[in-house]
Amino acid sequence: MEVAVIKVGVGNTASVLFALERLGARGVLTDDPARIAEAERVILPGVGAAAHAMQNLRAKGLDAALRAFPRPLLGICLGQQLLYERSAEGGAECLGLIPGEVEPIAARPDLPVPHMGWTAMQITQEHPLLEGVASGAYFYFVHSFACPLNAQTIATAEYGRPFSAVSAQRNVLGCQFHPERSGAIGARVLKNFLSLPC
Amino acid sequence: MPSKRIIPCLDVKAGRVVKGVRFEGHADMGDPAECAVRYRDEGADEIVIYDITASAERRTIDYGWLSKIARALDIPLAVAGGIRSLEQAIACLEHGADKVSINSPALERPELITEIADVAGSQCVVVGVDSRSVDGEWVTFQYTGAAETIRKTPRRMLDWIVEAQERGAGEIVLNCMDQDGVRRGYDIEQLTAARARLSIPLVASGGAGEPQHFVDVFQKADVSAALAAGIFHSGAVRIPDVKRAVAAAGLEVRL
Repeated sequence: MEVAVIKVGVGNTASVLFALERLGARGVLTDDPARIAEAERVILPGVGAAAHAMQNLRAKGLDAALRAFPRPLLGICLGQQLLYERSAEGGAECLGLIPGEVEPIAARPDLPVPHMGWTAMQITQEHPLLEGVASGAYFYFVHSFACPLNAQTIATAEYGRPFSAVSAQRNVLGCQFHPERSGAIGARVLKNFLSLPC
Repeated sequence: MPSKRIIPCLDVKAGRVVKGVRFEGHADMGDPAECAVRYRDEGADEIVIYDITASAERRTIDYGWLSKIARALDIPLAVAGGIRSLEQAIACLEHGADKVSINSPALERPELITEIADVAGSQCVVVGVDSRSVDGEWVTFQYTGAAETIRKTPRRMLDWIVEAQERGAGEIVLNCMDQDGVRRGYDIEQLTAARARLSIPLVASGGAGEPQHFVDVFQKADVSAALAAGIFHSGAVRIPDVKRAVAAAGLEVRL
């Protein structure tokens, strides 16, 4: 299976490609809208800051390609945030595939920001993406902004306050954690993503 | 809440994991990729690969073995050693590192922190700090990989970590050199002072000798993570024992 991994800018996309490789899928790092349109799956990884990432996507016509993509699309970390309407990070207008605005995590003396580490996730709606994942399983998160809870939230995690750890809107999926760096349970989520019906 | 992270650090010299005591004298402990996978299996929350002589030898880490480790690993991977330019940092990320840790080059040219953070995001930038007490003040040191290159800098540790945070660091690893390798516990006083100055995560390094030392540093200095090298390589302490002790003390860990 060919998975188009969107080249948004500079970042650790190699981890995503290696994770796909371990699952027997072929990840292709690309910023070509035609290649994306033909891909069986698309992953929008988390790289850089929201405003800058959106600027890069628009410059290459990738925003339109992502909005039009009819098969399963997974946004990871910043990639999930870009699926929302807006982000407070740089006042970015995002893809608008999921309603709501991404907010900063407020630092407190007891809560360093970025939220960096393994945090337990609670499943709030059953979904094939989370098949085989138990509520309370730990995933690896690294982020300074968070997606609000809404009707599209299928799992939550908490850092100061609850946020959307996984969201789903038809073929559009997002996870705030890094499945490619969340051990065996993260690999399970990626495997589920690859197994979703087109 | 995130769980407290336990991070084995692989000190690498000439492509082999080594174990050092107070930065001097090293013994061969095995292949980096094999060690990294073994620690992952034992429950490590993250792996740090540190090429201890890269900075002093004015080169960066070997991308060949970096990719080999990154390919095998499905937990976060940070790399350190000789990263002195944005291009090198990007190359590390593109070869599979999730974070780059910069130490001596950041002291030489602090703008490097911002340059990497602006392009790749603060979450990718870890600033490592080697510090020890000199005349009653914590002072940072540079090129600590070898006895012949190590040198004191004019920067006070507490000032430097705040500057690093302001310049865009996403995390600080504070290595307390007086404790390093001697296994008497982390430098709680120094780490507590550092933690109070930071709003980004702080990782403790230097001094772990037994599971209780991890409990102490989490409870008393409230660090986000604790790093250790020698005790894990030698098998003196195993990661599952550390995690059990931390959990038994009522702290959250990923078991």
